[in-house]
Formats: sequence, C-alpha cells, structure tokens
Amino acid sequence: MNNFIAFRTILSKEIHRFLRIWPQTLLPPAITTSLYFLIFGKLIGDRIGSINGASYMDYIVPGVILMSVISHSYANVVSSFYSTKFQRHIEELLVAPVSNWVILLGYVGGGVARGLMVGCVVTGISQLFAEITVVNWGVTIAVYFLTATLFALAGFINAVFADSFDDISIIPNFVLTPLSYLGGVFYSVSMLPAIWQTISLANPILYMINAFRYGLIGVSDVDIQMSFLITGGFIAFLTLLSLLLLHKGVGIKN
Amino acid sequence: MNALSIRNLKKTYSNGFVALKGIDLEVESGDFFALLGPNGAGKSTAIGIISSLVNKTSGSVSVFGYDLKKNNAKAKACIGLVPQEINFNQFETVKNIVLNQAGYYGMPKKLALKSTEECLRQMSLWDKRNTVSRRLSGGMKRRVMIARALVHAPKLLILDEPTAGVDIEIRRSMWEMMEQVNKQGTTIILTTHYLEEAESLCRNIAIINDGMIVERSGMADLLARVNKDRFVLDLASEISVIPKIEGYEFELADSKSLHVTVPKGKNINQLFHKLTENNIAVLSLKNKTNRLEQLFMDLVNE
Repeated sequence: MNNFIAFRTILSKEIHRFLRIWPQTLLPPAITTSLYFLIFGKLIGDRIGSINGASYMDYIVPGVILMSVISHSYANVVSSFYSTKFQRHIEELLVAPVSNWVILLGYVGGGVARGLMVGCVVTGISQLFAEITVVNWGVTIAVYFLTATLFALAGFINAVFADSFDDISIIPNFVLTPLSYLGGVFYSVSMLPAIWQTISLANPILYMINAFRYGLIGVSDVDIQMSFLITGGFIAFLTLLSLLLLHKGVGIKN
Repeated sequence: MNALSIRNLKKTYSNGFVALKGIDLEVESGDFFALLGPNGAGKSTAIGIISSLVNKTSGSVSVFGYDLKKNNAKAKACIGLVPQEINFNQFETVKNIVLNQAGYYGMPKKLALKSTEECLRQMSLWDKRNTVSRRLSGGMKRRVMIARALVHAPKLLILDEPTAGVDIEIRRSMWEMMEQVNKQGTTIILTTHYLEEAESLCRNIAIINDGMIVERSGMADLLARVNKDRFVLDLASEISVIPKIEGYEFELADSKSLHVTVPKGKNINQLFHKLTENNIAVLSLKNKTNRLEQLFMDLVNE
C-alpha cells in the first residue's frame, strides 16, 4: 500500500510537471511533425509514389509518431531525474521508505505518459494529412507502450550518470536522433544497398518502427516477433541495470 | 528504548578520505541531543548515513530498534530530516512540497492533506501554501524543510544546522518550535555551530572531531566541568595600566574595555570591590564566550 501511494505520488508529480510546461513539452512536437508531414509527406512524397504498397504519406506516419514517442519519453525522464539530482530533491525520495523499483517505476511511468501523450498529439495531426485505419490494434498498442518504456529507461540511466546539463543532451543529439532517422522513418531498408541493409539491421530502433508500421498499415521490413524480442530484451536489461544503479546509489549517493 | 544506536560506524569516501573512524553513539528516546563538531569533523557524514543519503563503509545503525540495513523501510519511517542546504524543488508550491513528501511516506491522501495543513500552520506558512518555493525568503525556505520533515510525524527529527544564516528573530521562533516538537515526544538530534543554541536547548551532547566521538555526556555534567568564566567589563573611564588583583587574570582589550578570567568558585563581588579600590568603575559586564564554547574549543584542540 505504501509503495502504491509513493508510486502514485511520483507519477502524478511527473505528469503534473510536463503538463505545467506544455508549451515546452507538447507544443513543439506538434509543430515539428506538422512540418514533416507537410514537407516530406505532402510536397516531396507526392513525387516519390508508393513504398511496399503504401502511399509515401501513409508510410512515414508510423515512423514519425514513434520517433516522437522515443524522443519525448527519453527527454522527460533524463531532464526530470537529472534536475531532481541537480536540485538535490532526490534526497526527498532517498530519506523516505520508497523502494528503488518504485522510484524507477514512477519516473519511467512519467516518461511513458509524456511519450504516449505526444504520440497522441502527433497521431491527431497525422490524421490531417493521411487516413490511416489501424491494421492490428494489439501490435500497435504493444509497440507504443514498449518503445516508450524502453526509452524512458534509457533516459533514466543517462540521468543517473549525468554530471552536467551537457551530459543529458549528448545521447539524444548524437545517438538517438541519428538512429531514429536511420531507423527507416522516411524510407524502407530494402531501398538501401545490401551492405547498408545489413548495417541497418543492427539498429534496434529500426525494429520498433517497422513493428509499429506493421501494426498501423500492415507493412514491415523486419520480422515482428524479432522486434518484440529485441525490445523486450532491451527493456529487461535496462530495468536490471537501473535497479542495480539505484541499489548502489551511483550518481545519487556518496 | 534508544531512538538511535550506532555501532562502530566507519566511512571512507572514494577519494580515500576517512570521514568516520568507527563511532559509537546512543541517543535515548525523547532526548533533545546535540551533535557538535568543527567543519569536516564527520557530523554531516554521520547524519547522511543515518538518513540513507550516504552509504556507510561498515558498522551498524538502528533507529528505534530497526536496523537500517535489515529493516530499512521501518527505520526510515521513524526519521524526519531537515538538511543543511535547501533541497526541495524550487519550482514547486509550498503545499505540494510537503504533500508529496507525505506521499513518499505512504500517507493516504486525506491524511496527508490534514497533516500538511497542520505542519504548515505550525510553521506559519499556511498563507504561503500556494506560493512557488523559490519566491520565499531564506527563513521561510528553512521552515518549509521543517514542515516537510514533520509531515509524517517522525519519532526522530534530525536537524542539520537548521538555523544557519537566518536572522535572530526567526532563529528564536525556530527554537520555540523545536522545543514544542520535543515536548510532544519527538526525539531531536541537532547539529549547529551556534553553541548557545545547543546549550540552551539540548539535554545531552556528543562532540565529534576528526571522525571520532571525543565527548559524550549530559549537557549539565559537561558544563559543570567549566573551571573558569571569562567576562568583558565596560569601563566608565579610560585606563592605561592593567590592574593587578590576586586570583584574577586581566587583559586590556582597549582603553575602556577589560577582559577578566574568573576561576570557578571565586567570588565576583570581591572582584568589583577590588576594582573600586583601584578607582576603576564598571558600567556593564557580559560573558566573553559562553561556557559550552570554551569546552568545545578545549575538546577539539586536544
């Protein structure tokens, strides 16, 4: 019961935080993705034609939605947990009888909530440009949640190790964004030369985007089961790593 | 029952600095206890370990019988901490800071709201409940931290230099609050650099120096060991020669101010009588240092 109340408190604090600053958290992805849909989908997409049987606009919608989910679930946890460390109010949690898994669940829950909320905003905007009928609701919702969870966990670990505000922007700028763009958001890997197709398969984001695309429009470059296996494997690994870091007090205790 | 039992507690930081060299300490339930020591002596490290902010190297800590390692949640539930530095979210409202802390301690919402209101009223902060905390004055911020520490009704309240940097008016109101909380049954451990604060509030005392407890006794017993008092005498007229009176030591601070050391048990009336004989008129008298300060300096310099 105590853990449930503590979890609810952390989660509600986290959700309240990103809703309070909605012009920084919810508005920018709406504008950015509108431009993606307008420029890539509408203006350029009309000249590209179809990919794997789907119109170019329909083809990029799942990737753009999931890219927003990835970046915002990550950004929420990394910035919130690092601020908590920086302002030292992490001590409020450390002195209280809150289990490590509750702290992790609360912060990851906040990241997932923001990722999903941004995903809903982007999905709503995509409906202005494309008419998508969901092919497989189960796969769509599962990938949506699992991807948000995975990147919220990754953001948490980044925040644990971060010593400065520079440290929380390096991974999103130099790792996440390139991997997302190279994860087949705007193209099918089958369009790449053989060597780049092989290299692309080492990018885990490719599997998530394609699984999500399969759920939404029924098109994928990769095996769906493999996608779930990779995503689930990463979640399990990052969860264990996060709990270990919290147990040892890395970055938060002397 | 002891509110706090520490056994052979050691802490060596990753840079090799040994902050605690194996301290033993017991604080009785209901006590108002002073933990004193110079900067870098190990007070904050000890408090950090007791409140789970610092990992110990070895030793054991138990709070009201709950071992901090084996019964971590129960031990933590007994403790309320007021840290040295401001450590709440500066963008959060006063009420939410206290309310969230109640949530972390697992208090149901209804009870948490009631307790939050009581604590904020006790700290005279209820009118500021919807104010964003960064807009508060320094004294108010300290009171927010006390309200936050009290919201789950801890049995042991640890105050780490709670009055540092606050003006005398707020300091006095905080002393009253601490005495009131202690009278309600809460054990208090206080660290402070204001030794008159410790002297007037605390019943028992430990002095820590260089990672070791160098003194542990009752405040009255400790003060009874003071074997001399030092006074400052403000003189009615200037003098140039230090008077020589047997049994008293004098030091001229300036031409109208004389410092005198009086051995314990020596009659102070006799001092004034002798000064009058020497044509020295005294306008006023005050203590040069308080008694605890003298002992503290002796103990940490040993």
